[in-house]
Amino acid sequence: MIRTDKLVFEYIRRDEEGNVEGITRAVDDVNLDVKPGQFIAILGHNGSGKSTLAKHFNALLYPTEGHVFVDGMDTEDDSHLWDIRQEAGMIFQNPDNQIIGQVVEEDVGFGPENMGVPTKEIWDRVEESLKAVNMLSFRKSSPNHLSGGQKQRVSIAGVIAMHPKCIIMDEPTAMLDPNGRKDVIRAARALNDVEGITVILITHYMEEVIHADKVFVMDKGHIEMQGTPREIFSQVDRLKELRLGVPQVTLLAHELKKSGLPLPDGILTREEFVEELKKLKK
Amino acid sequence: MSIILDHVNYIYDEDTAMAHAALIDVNLEIPKGQFIGLIGHTGSGKSTLIQHMNGLVKPTSGNVYFEGKDINDPDFNKKELRAKVGLVFQYPEHQLFETDCFKDVCFGPKNLGLPQKEVELRAYEALKQVGFDDDYFYQSPFDLSGGQKRRVAIAGVLAMKPEVLILDEPTAGLDPKGREDILNLIASLHREMGITIILVSHSMDDVADYVQRIIVMNKGRVAFDNEPKEVFKHYKELEEIGLAAPQVTYVMQELSAAGFNVDPGATTLEEAKNEILKCFGI
Amino acid sequence: MLRDITLGQYYRTDSVIHRLDPRVKLATTFIFIISLFVVNNFVGYLLATLFLVMCIKLSNVPPKFIFRGMKTIFFLLLITMVFNLFLTPGRAIFTLWKISITYEGLFLAIKMAFRLILLISGSSIMTLTTTPNNLTDGLESLLKPLKIFHVPVHEISMMMSIALRFIPILLEETDKIMKAQMARCADFESGSLINRAKSLVPLLVPLFISAFRRALELAMAMEARCYRGGEGRTKMKPLIYQNRDRIAYAVVFGYFVLAIVVGRIIF
Repeated sequence: MIRTDKLVFEYIRRDEEGNVEGITRAVDDVNLDVKPGQFIAILGHNGSGKSTLAKHFNALLYPTEGHVFVDGMDTEDDSHLWDIRQEAGMIFQNPDNQIIGQVVEEDVGFGPENMGVPTKEIWDRVEESLKAVNMLSFRKSSPNHLSGGQKQRVSIAGVIAMHPKCIIMDEPTAMLDPNGRKDVIRAARALNDVEGITVILITHYMEEVIHADKVFVMDKGHIEMQGTPREIFSQVDRLKELRLGVPQVTLLAHELKKSGLPLPDGILTREEFVEELKKLKK
Repeated sequence: MSIILDHVNYIYDEDTAMAHAALIDVNLEIPKGQFIGLIGHTGSGKSTLIQHMNGLVKPTSGNVYFEGKDINDPDFNKKELRAKVGLVFQYPEHQLFETDCFKDVCFGPKNLGLPQKEVELRAYEALKQVGFDDDYFYQSPFDLSGGQKRRVAIAGVLAMKPEVLILDEPTAGLDPKGREDILNLIASLHREMGITIILVSHSMDDVADYVQRIIVMNKGRVAFDNEPKEVFKHYKELEEIGLAAPQVTYVMQELSAAGFNVDPGATTLEEAKNEILKCFGI
Repeated sequence: MLRDITLGQYYRTDSVIHRLDPRVKLATTFIFIISLFVVNNFVGYLLATLFLVMCIKLSNVPPKFIFRGMKTIFFLLLITMVFNLFLTPGRAIFTLWKISITYEGLFLAIKMAFRLILLISGSSIMTLTTTPNNLTDGLESLLKPLKIFHVPVHEISMMMSIALRFIPILLEETDKIMKAQMARCADFESGSLINRAKSLVPLLVPLFISAFRRALELAMAMEARCYRGGEGRTKMKPLIYQNRDRIAYAVVFGYFVLAIVVGRIIF
C-alpha cells in the first residue's frame, strides 16, 4: 500500500537575515513497506521525524532523496497527486484546525465535494461515514459544540467519505482526554477490522499501539526498532533511551522480572499479566 | 490555612437561555504546602474552579478566602493575589510573546512594579529553577522545542514567587519523557521550595505517584476529596463518571480476586511491585 | 460562553422563510430596502410595514428577537430624529429661543425613523432565518456573473465561511490568552490610552501567532482533502429553486410594483 525507498528529507535552517545556518535531516534513510489491510503504528518522541515522515504519505511533502510509493504511484509524479490524496487520507493533531464546515455533515461532505462526486452520492457517503464513526446523531451540530474526541471522529468521517484505501493519523489523540482518546482509537480499529482500511497511527501513547500488526520506532529520523508490539515492548530499557515509555503493566512485569520473578518479556495487557502470575504461583 | 472555598456556585451565562451551572456548592480547603491532584474529565468544572482561586472568575454565590480575606471584596488587592496564587494555563507556551525567553519571564514581576534589578534577578532564578540552560536565555521562545517552551512559560509564573502554584494539564501534548520531566520538575518545586501545588489532570496515572491528596470533580461538584489510596478504592464509581483509577489499581484488584495475598489498595508501581514480590516470598 | 456567539444571530426554527433559497432572501432584502427609499408617503410605509409584519409572522421568529437588534441602533435613531426635527426649515409649530420645530421637520423625522426601523428589521429577518453558510452560498451564486471579470467568487465565499467558522474559536482563544496574561498580573483595564494600547501587545502577539498557526494547519488539512479551488467542485447542498422560491419572487415583485404605485404615484 505504502512503500518508501531510501527516503531522506532535509530542510534548510535559516537565521533571521535569511542566511543558511545549516541543514537538518528530519527523515534519514527510511525504508518502509506497509501491506494493504495492516494496522501500523509509528512511535517516536517529539521531534523524532515521525510527523515529517507521515506528510510524505499524502504528498504534502516530497522526498529530498529516495521515493515514496502510494499504491504503486510515485508521489513525485504530479499527474497522480489527487489520486494519492484521495487514496491516502490524513488526520492531524489539532481537532479544531482541520474542520472546515460549520455543520458536521457539511464538513464530512467537503472531501467528496472537492473530488467532484455527484450531489446524491455525497449525501450517501456522508451518512455512511458518520455511521462508521458513530457520529450520525450529531450530523446537524456545529463542530464548536463538540468535544475533542467527537471532533476527531468527525475528521475521520471526513476522510472516510473520500473512500480512501489508507488512513494516516498523525497524533490524533495528543490533544484529547482519556475518553476521547479511547473513542478515536476504537474508531480507527473498527475501520481497520470492519472496512479493511489500512491504518497508519502515529502516536506517543504506548497503550494505543498494543493491537497494531507492526510497530516502528523512530529516533532522529531513523527507524530504530521495528516488530510486533510484543517484540518492541520487551525492550523496556531501549525504549526509555528513546524517550519513550511502556504501558504500566509491561513496566510492572519488567520490574518484577528484574527482581527475580521469571516472567516472560513483553507482557501487554492486564489479563496476560494476571495469567502469567497465576502460572507462576502453581 | 491558605485558600478556602465556601459554598461556591458558578453559573455560566446567567439570565440567558444557555445558562448552566459550572460549579455547584463547592467547599474546599487548600492548606499550605500540600501537593494536590485535581481530577475530572472535560467539562467537569475543574478549569472554572481553579480560575476562582486567583480571582479571574467571580463566584455567582459563595465566597473565596485567601489567608482569611475574601478575595472578591472590592478593596482586596487582586494583583497581589495573582502573584501569590500562580496559575499556569493549559498549553502555556501559547502565551509567550516577547522576543527572547528572558524578557518573557520578566513580564510577570515587571507587572508587580518591582525595581528592574529585582525583576531580572527573579527571572534569572525562575529560569534556573525550571532547569533552563543559560545558552537559550536570549533565544526567541518560538525557536525552542515544545518541552523547553513550556518550561519558559512555567518560569514566567514562578518569577512572581507564588506561594501556591496551580497547573492546568501541564503535560498535555508532551511525549513520555517530556511528561516525566515536567512532573519531576513540579515535584521538586514542591519538595525544595515548599510551594503548594495543585496539579490539574484528567489522568490518574499521571498524578498517582506524586500527590498527597486527590480532589475529583464531576458535573461541577466535588465527588471525592481524599488521599489517593482512599479515592482509588472507589474505582468503580470513578469509572461511572468517566474516569479510571491507575492501571496498577486494577491489576492489584484482579490479583486479589484471583486469590493472591496482596493489598488491593496499592496505587503506585513501587508499592505494587513490593506487594507482589512479598507474595512470592522474594 | 463566547463560543455561542453566532454572527448574524441565526434563530433555529422551521418556517417557510427558513426554507427559502438564500438567493431569494438576499434579493428580497435588497428589493425591500430599495422600496423604502422609493416610497415617500405614509401609505407607502404602511404597505412596507404590512409586508414586513407578514414576513415576521411567516418566519416564526419571536418579534422580540427582531427588536433586540434595534437596541444597538437606538442612538443612531435618536440622533437622526433630533437632527431632522430641529434643523429642517419650514412652517414652525413650536419655537423655543432660536430653535423651532417645523411641520416639515416633524414629517421628515418620522419618515426617517420609519425607514431606519423597517430597514434594520427587514435585514435582521434575513440573518435570523438564514445560516451564515447558506448566506455565503447565496452570495457566491448571485455574484457568479462577476467571474467574467476574473473576480474569484468561489474563493471569496470560501474565505467568508472559514472566517465565520473561526470567529468563535478565536474569540475563545482571546479570552484564554487574556486570562493567562492577567494571571501574570497584566492590567488591561486601567492607565492612560497609550499604556492601554501597549498592554495589548501581550494579547495580540500570541493571538496572531495562533491565528497564523491555525491558518497553516487548516490549509494543509484542506489540501490533504483534495481541495484545489472552485474548479471541478460539486456541491453537497446545491442551490436549486423550488416552487416556493418562485412564488416568493412573484410576491416580492408584486409588493414592489404596488409600493411604487401606491407610495409614489397615487397618493
